[in-house]
Amino acid sequence: MVKTFSASSSRLSRRQFLVNSAAAGGSLVLGFSLPVDGSAAAAAETFSPNAFIRVSRDGQVTLIMPYVEMGQGTYTSIPMLIAEELEVELGQIRLEHAPPDEKLYYNPLLGVQATGNSNAMRGAWKPLREAGAAARLMLIEAAAKRWGVDASSCHAKAGKVIHASGKTLSYGELVGDAARLTPPKAISLKTPDRFTLIGTSAKRLDLPGKVNGTALFGIDARPSGLKIATLAQSPVPGGRVKRVDDTAAKAIKGVRQIVRLDDAVAVVADHMGAAEKGLDALKIEWDDGSHAALTSEEVYRQLEQAVQGRGAVAQDVGGAEKAMASAAVRVTASYRLPFLAHATMEPMNCTAHVHDGVCELWLGTQAIARVQAAAAKTAGVPLEKVTVHNHLIGGGFGRRLETDGAVRAVQVAMQVDGPVKLIWTREEDIQHDLYRPSWVDRIEAGLDRDGRPLAWINRFAGSSVVARWLPPGFKDGIDPDSVDGAIDLSYAIPNVHVEYARVEPPGIQTGFWRSVGPSHNVFVTESFVDELAAAAKRDPLAYRRDLLAHNPKTRAVLDLAAEKSGWGTPLPQRWGRGVSLQKAFGSLLVQVAEVEVAKDGSVRVHRVVCAMDCGTVINPDTVEAQIQSGVMFGVTAALYGEITLNNGRVEQGNFDTYQMLRINEAPAIEVHLVSSTEPPGGMGEAGTSGIVPAIANAVFAATGKRLRQLPIDPALLKT
Amino acid sequence: MAFTIEINGTKRSVDVDGDTPLLWVLRDVLGMTGTKFGCGMALCGACTVHLDGSAVRSCITSIDSIGESRITTIEAIAATPSGEHIQKAWLDHQVPQCGYCQSGQIMSAAALLNEKSKPSDAEIDDAMSGNICRCGTYVRIRNAIKAASQAQGKRG
Repeated sequence: MVKTFSASSSRLSRRQFLVNSAAAGGSLVLGFSLPVDGSAAAAAETFSPNAFIRVSRDGQVTLIMPYVEMGQGTYTSIPMLIAEELEVELGQIRLEHAPPDEKLYYNPLLGVQATGNSNAMRGAWKPLREAGAAARLMLIEAAAKRWGVDASSCHAKAGKVIHASGKTLSYGELVGDAARLTPPKAISLKTPDRFTLIGTSAKRLDLPGKVNGTALFGIDARPSGLKIATLAQSPVPGGRVKRVDDTAAKAIKGVRQIVRLDDAVAVVADHMGAAEKGLDALKIEWDDGSHAALTSEEVYRQLEQAVQGRGAVAQDVGGAEKAMASAAVRVTASYRLPFLAHATMEPMNCTAHVHDGVCELWLGTQAIARVQAAAAKTAGVPLEKVTVHNHLIGGGFGRRLETDGAVRAVQVAMQVDGPVKLIWTREEDIQHDLYRPSWVDRIEAGLDRDGRPLAWINRFAGSSVVARWLPPGFKDGIDPDSVDGAIDLSYAIPNVHVEYARVEPPGIQTGFWRSVGPSHNVFVTESFVDELAAAAKRDPLAYRRDLLAHNPKTRAVLDLAAEKSGWGTPLPQRWGRGVSLQKAFGSLLVQVAEVEVAKDGSVRVHRVVCAMDCGTVINPDTVEAQIQSGVMFGVTAALYGEITLNNGRVEQGNFDTYQMLRINEAPAIEVHLVSSTEPPGGMGEAGTSGIVPAIANAVFAATGKRLRQLPIDPALLKT
Repeated sequence: MAFTIEINGTKRSVDVDGDTPLLWVLRDVLGMTGTKFGCGMALCGACTVHLDGSAVRSCITSIDSIGESRITTIEAIAATPSGEHIQKAWLDHQVPQCGYCQSGQIMSAAALLNEKSKPSDAEIDDAMSGNICRCGTYVRIRNAIKAASQAQGKRG
């Protein structure tokens, strides 16, 4: 299922990407401005048939990236799509971050200019190949006209148009002529058998700079005259600054200014060392406000209360209540999931310069147009007076879909003369995140005499991120993300009833977190299917297989995982294998985890085998890397991930209290892909949501103990 | 007060408090942004640099503790034998994802190969477990270190 959010009915159609406007002055004049080397004269020297491609007379091909690079490989995969049809080599191209422009660079699956939900390649697959093909056709036509030959006798390769006679013209030589042509109406794309780039493990274009220190992340921006700031935000959400004694802070060498906001205090200095020292020296008295007594238990209490009542119906098939009454065996369980922080390695930061009615920003963001809008609102300037320079992202995972970091920087910059880079300490980053929602599920199934599920009733409660982030996506008490992975299960279950109750935790903001809705729902549903297999006294993989008789495509992925993992072969004592099956982000994924539970209850994940059908594979090495990455992210959450609240304050602060998986704990990971010519599915998040229940199910296999709350508590597994 | 330190073979003078972490001298005073900030408490390794060839966390290394020691950063690691092999292996194995932690990973790995030309898995764990990668590139880091070790061994 492809999730589609429609934020506006006035979005441009895909065809309108291919801007069709009159030629003038030797270049194609487009209905938007691109950052073309900064001058109008330079614009006349380029061929820019659409918002993604610019060819200059010296032959330089520049591709403008509508999706951001945060590690997932889009700055290689998107160029592969364009280059495949444009007929240029990856070594010939230069990349540029797209500027904020919701009309030109919106994500067709989200309806806004943002990179998230594992859908960049799904959104780009057709339009960006068409963008490349349109440009190629125009360059070929320009060459054919110059030569006075039929375009059908020409083809393009490696940045040149080649005639059947062997004569060639480079793209650079054709810029002026091509710019006078009208973009083609009919574009036929290559069939997969003619792909030369798509399907290859092309080397990533962003890596050379990432091994020699030259890659520029937002935190590396250094506009002239820069000051560095750090801040303390109210430790309790909604709290305010009551009193500040900044005498000692101001006396520190390098500290230039203390900026007081309603709910935060920032220290502006020559360098971060002085800013941090200044922050430590500040004496801030807070008015904690109405959430001063908030605890995690109170959040869970509200969620538990909500699942006792009714929610909005997300799916209703057959008659689950009635079927439940006739079941031979009934199984019920309750699950709990904690808040999780993103903990991107690059802490939140943004550089801002507000002056003379303009606002200029430097940062890495997954949602540049939102940042522009939020900055304009904060600074009180029109949208067009806000310039945003996007950068490589030092970890996104959903955190950089938010604008709070930019807003803070603008708030501080409004009081500072010159540009200021606001860097959050790790503690601020962890304690003022927008957390993956905490969830509570009450789930029940009725089995027939053979142990097959007759009825399935799932009621869960938690925050809707969509309702805040993209309000039109939340309708009639439901949003597509909160229920993703809880409805339309792959298994044959005749009677299904799923309800979702939106409960917003007091004061706590929630955000999209790698693997979003499925990070919750796949854990619950795949753990519970395992519980049903146990109740039916069946092998959990064979049990799932029986429920997939109607679904050969999914069954094939399960079978591949079974074969590659050696499912059923003996393991040492206190080791176990667990399986999970997931249909999310347009991809099918089955994961088998092999874990060992030590006598002290600690869990070690030794090996993870992944079988996946993600449609057409654009870059197999990137797919493997994303699965490896998603698995490590999920193992971290399963073993360690938990943000807790006490006295309204987040109790975790740095990597000592909010632990990350380290290399000595990393499992071996195998990735096996099913060959497919279907459109590509999403890859960036799937590995995270699937691995968590696979681990929990493996722990059950090893110990007989069912984990219904995360992170795993070793005390429960001790012998 | 003023301190003169040797970074990548060049003497540099800076005027900061003696307890200023080397990390911020590099990044904010000298504009060398390849070394990254991750935690400020030596918990993540993103800020790793070399002092006389050994890995240290620059976020807790105060400028007044450096003295005559030679500092090497990611910007100059290619000029060291182990650094060159590590960088090449990192590209061959396509290690980085977001890349933010990778300066630190590379500095830790290069220091490891300076000390142990053929590290075992346990030695790799010991040397690299102080470096967090949130993108989870650990499998590739391990493979790349082994490849770099082999390449270095061949060249002698």
